[in-house]
Amino acid sequence: MDPYLPDELLIRGTEINYLFICKTKLWYFSHGVTMEQESEWVDLGKFLHEKSYFGEEKNIKIGPIAIDFIKKGDIIEIHEIKKGRSMEKAHEMQALYYLYYLKRLGIKAKAILNYPKLRETKEIILNGHEEDVERAIKEVEEIKSLSIPPTPVKSKKCKKCAYYELCWV
Amino acid sequence: MRKRSLTLLSDGTLSRRENTLYFENAQGRRPLAIEGIYDIYVYGHVNITSQALHFLAQKGIAIHFFNHYGHYDGSFYPKESLHSGDLLIKQAKHYLDKEKRLKLAKLFVVGAGRNMEQNLKRWKVKVSFDGLLKELEEVEKITDIMNVEARIRQKYYALWDSVLPKGFKIIKRTRRPPQNEMNALISFLNSRLYATIVSELYNTQLSPTISYLHEPGERRFSLALDLSEIFKPIIADRVANRLVRQGVIKKEHFRDDLNGVLLNDDGKRIVLRAINEEMRKSVRHPKLKKNVTKQRLIRLEAYKLIKHLVGGQEYEPLVAWF
Repeated sequence: MDPYLPDELLIRGTEINYLFICKTKLWYFSHGVTMEQESEWVDLGKFLHEKSYFGEEKNIKIGPIAIDFIKKGDIIEIHEIKKGRSMEKAHEMQALYYLYYLKRLGIKAKAILNYPKLRETKEIILNGHEEDVERAIKEVEEIKSLSIPPTPVKSKKCKKCAYYELCWV
Repeated sequence: MRKRSLTLLSDGTLSRRENTLYFENAQGRRPLAIEGIYDIYVYGHVNITSQALHFLAQKGIAIHFFNHYGHYDGSFYPKESLHSGDLLIKQAKHYLDKEKRLKLAKLFVVGAGRNMEQNLKRWKVKVSFDGLLKELEEVEKITDIMNVEARIRQKYYALWDSVLPKGFKIIKRTRRPPQNEMNALISFLNSRLYATIVSELYNTQLSPTISYLHEPGERRFSLALDLSEIFKPIIADRVANRLVRQGVIKKEHFRDDLNGVLLNDDGKRIVLRAINEEMRKSVRHPKLKKNVTKQRLIRLEAYKLIKHLVGGQEYEPLVAWF
């Protein structure tokens, strides 16, 4: 597959993240039907974001991606702040997508997932994952282009999801 | 729901100092926890500073104003923060496509009819609107749908009258001005309900101005009128019925005026307390398997409409199971 060029990459990090959580949520979110303002869990995440890592430059926006914060050193570190590990795959893919995006811009970086509540971090590097990212990008594009939302699939995750009522009423 | 509706019945001033909202009236100045406010209903003579309005806009809190008679005057509807161009186009498409519009318009009337039936059943009045609702299937014009709706409503009011105490019969539904106590009570409650629906729509991506049963532009937020068909019987009518049959609202809570019969201040206080409580009451939702407030049911109805419009799931109007 030809690598994507940065100006073709209009996908947001959240969309890659949602691909690994729920396709219905991804569809609604990408069609502007957002529910995050309703969620106490999202509020909690925002609070965590605001109250941790003082002194860092936060919310770095580059094109469609928004990185929680960046540390500049020999190699640029991009940091994502996450609440818990339950959606780890989604977090990893989101970070990989950011790294992929930066690589296309000619920026070499590594990502750190920060779990301040668990006092843990996890380092992510892109090497060898390019194809995974490209596959994810393609899948996001496919889901976004569906004319109707994918039928939701009930799972344990639904209970804490801001879209729970929309999907199941 | 963590956030609550705030009702201001007394005269006073709503202002902001630093990041606190204050209401000052004859009793003194009281700070209001902004994070705990969902929306505000203003019945008194209230002065509002522009700083307070800026603050409420920033927090996405709508304020609804009612005049001296308790009629809805309008809302301070903060700048929309939830947008979906895609949904807006679909909302308009469903209005422009005759079949699609008729379908939704009919569903609102079916919901209204079933909920009126449900009320009468609760009040131990035997009735079925099957015949009238069947007529809807053949109908091909909005005005004809409206006509069926009017006939259902007429029958409903007549039957409701049979359980209402003397002196509180509806007899004939009259608005602006209401000609008797029950009409005044129903109008007052409907105005309050309408404003709540406006609040709920504000918190979704739906445009409140594109509607199906009512003509868009008939009133500014005509989609709230569509939804109110479903909720008037199960929220407003039930509160009205309870208040008069339990004798909580009495003749003395009304006054005669050039503008018809109106609730007086005590009456308004009682009715507003009752409707606020009603909105916060919860019922077990059979599909969601959790308790939701009556007010939340309005939001859920909006979600069902969103799903219908995007093609995720056909709309089925709420029919009270409670």
